[in-house]
Amino acid sequence: MDSHATAIEPADVHESHEHPAYLRHHFETPEQQKEASAFGMWLFLLTEIMFFGGLFAAYLIYRNWYYPAFVAGSNTLKISLGTVNTGVLIGSSFTMAMGVWCAEMRKKSGLVLCLLLTMALGLVFLGVKYFEYKEKFELHHVPGADFSIEKFIHPDDPAKNPPLGPDMAAKTQVYFSLYFAMTGMHALHMIIGISILVFLVVRARQGAYINGYVQPIEYFGLYWHFVDIVWIFLFPLLYLINRHPGR
Amino acid sequence: MTYLLIFGALLVGTALTVGAAFVDLGHFNPVVAILIACIKAVLVILFFMHVFYSSRLMKLTVAAGFFTFLVLITMTLSDYLSRAWGLW
Repeated sequence: MDSHATAIEPADVHESHEHPAYLRHHFETPEQQKEASAFGMWLFLLTEIMFFGGLFAAYLIYRNWYYPAFVAGSNTLKISLGTVNTGVLIGSSFTMAMGVWCAEMRKKSGLVLCLLLTMALGLVFLGVKYFEYKEKFELHHVPGADFSIEKFIHPDDPAKNPPLGPDMAAKTQVYFSLYFAMTGMHALHMIIGISILVFLVVRARQGAYINGYVQPIEYFGLYWHFVDIVWIFLFPLLYLINRHPGR
Repeated sequence: MTYLLIFGALLVGTALTVGAAFVDLGHFNPVVAILIACIKAVLVILFFMHVFYSSRLMKLTVAAGFFTFLVLITMTLSDYLSRAWGLW
């Protein structure tokens, strides 16, 4: 008899309050969600800073202990390649920042182009790194059984690269260990970044990031800029030890 | 726009770093190189990563990161420097 006992069509509960689709319900406003997720991303970047910081601290100590070995090791690297790589990475940071701007301005083609350019520049960086590593293998500069200190004890150009005693020459292995550890870790971060970029490009082409939800692009941008900053510090520390003529 | 200016500044900084490496500044060579690298990093953080335009919480978080990194370096160094092993 009670007419209220009839089944009611369940109304869409989201009619009761207006909010964008991407708002998770444990946040009150999209702005709060944005702030919280940015905070979380920065905390992750802080852990990454401490991760690379450990390697930098090790570099600092060993460079002070074995300075001549570090000079000799650093002079085997090509400044031209390092500078090109630095320019390439800074360029990729610029294209990434432009990508974030395109996402905020809701330009889909611009966003996809910027993401693709960032990926391309990242791949160029890795390509140059590959050639640098290949040369290191050929010159017996890779720490381990194949490492050779011969060229450090009897250098080809003693005027430019003074010969080291055998005990200090043996310490060049420490320099190259740090070189491979730091640039290798950095390259691993680049590879992870490029993989995520592939996913972002696919989603961006489907129109995912131009409707107000730019957070993934923005936070990936933060990660990419962080990787760039690590290289900005790696470059002078590894490539530019005591390079002036007449030393 | 601003991004282009910062990009240009970063490239200039890179050129400066390489150029300064070929000048004999004695003990100040690595100091100058690190200083220029720090300025470049600050530019990237403030403008490419939008921290300049962010809330106080973000700025505080980034500053906390720097502080922790400085603690890592200075505490480690003070440990090594205070040892009398003869290496320093």
